Amino acid sequence: MSSSVLIKRLNEARKKREVGPLAEAIPYAKWMHIAPETTTGELLTRMRYHDSLIGNTHLPAIHGGTLGAMLEMAAIFHLLWETDAQTVPKIVNITVDYLRSAGPRDVIAAAKVTKQGRRMVNVFAEAWQDDRSKPVASASAHFLVQSDDTLPSL
Amino acid sequence: MPTSPLTTPEERVALFQQLFSDTIPHNKALGIKVLAVARGLASMRLDWRRELVGNPETGVLAGGPITAMLDSCCGMAVATLLTEPKPFATLDLRIDYAKPADPKKPVIAEAECYRITRSVAFTRAFAHQGDPKDPVAAAAGTFMLGTKGEVTRSQMVSRELNK
Repeated sequence: MSSSVLIKRLNEARKKREVGPLAEAIPYAKWMHIAPETTTGELLTRMRYHDSLIGNTHLPAIHGGTLGAMLEMAAIFHLLWETDAQTVPKIVNITVDYLRSAGPRDVIAAAKVTKQGRRMVNVFAEAWQDDRSKPVASASAHFLVQSDDTLPSL
Repeated sequence: MPTSPLTTPEERVALFQQLFSDTIPHNKALGIKVLAVARGLASMRLDWRRELVGNPETGVLAGGPITAMLDSCCGMAVATLLTEPKPFATLDLRIDYAKPADPKKPVIAEAECYRITRSVAFTRAFAHQGDPKDPVAAAAGTFMLGTKGEVTRSQMVSRELNK
């Protein structure tokens, strides 16, 4: 699968050491207000709060699907930025655990590689709001990083 | 709550459309359409849109919108089986991305709640683009019942199916 635009952006972003533009190459990330940032020195992914993220208007709480989506994006940004990926990782599966209800505020996520294989990578990602020690959701996901299999990339 | 019994499938779909898409901001933003509903079963549709694409070169949808629809569809299947209204929340959700969704074609989710206890509901779902035997994604979700917060109208909806 061709992914030259994103890889080109990635290489430019690496050169400038500015991770933000990565999200601009991904329409869904823009629409969701999901973008990576390195302001603390650590690569984090932030989903900026906006009203269309809400899943439960009574609590109110952010839709669980959006938390899964941003954890998936956090894992992808991590693989693109922290590994020397030259292809866009292809997601195989993701398991999301919902730990707390997420309020109408920004959600921040960090990811780490649990196991790097030659073709398959296992990534763990965790999302929180006000207090990093009280995550709202976590996820573990598998990505193919070297394969011609036709799985969805991004 | 509507007082008239839901006598036709169209009325049921219209009510579920209102409760599970029109009044849930994220589902409304995704443009989710409720296709069918029965006790323990739910089906929804997500239309392709440029903003939902993950890779602009291929036009393939990102995983996120499919994840969000499968979560909602599984939740709707749970709501059809509640014997009494109670709040519930997703406990965990696994998505297997079987293959890329064809660009510009809608994605259909079909969910089943196959077991419900006092505390937990178990669901399975598939997403496909017309042929259920050729899925783009599969999901397994569990839901915790009797969580905090007040009961929402969508969590009272099984009453409407019992009429």
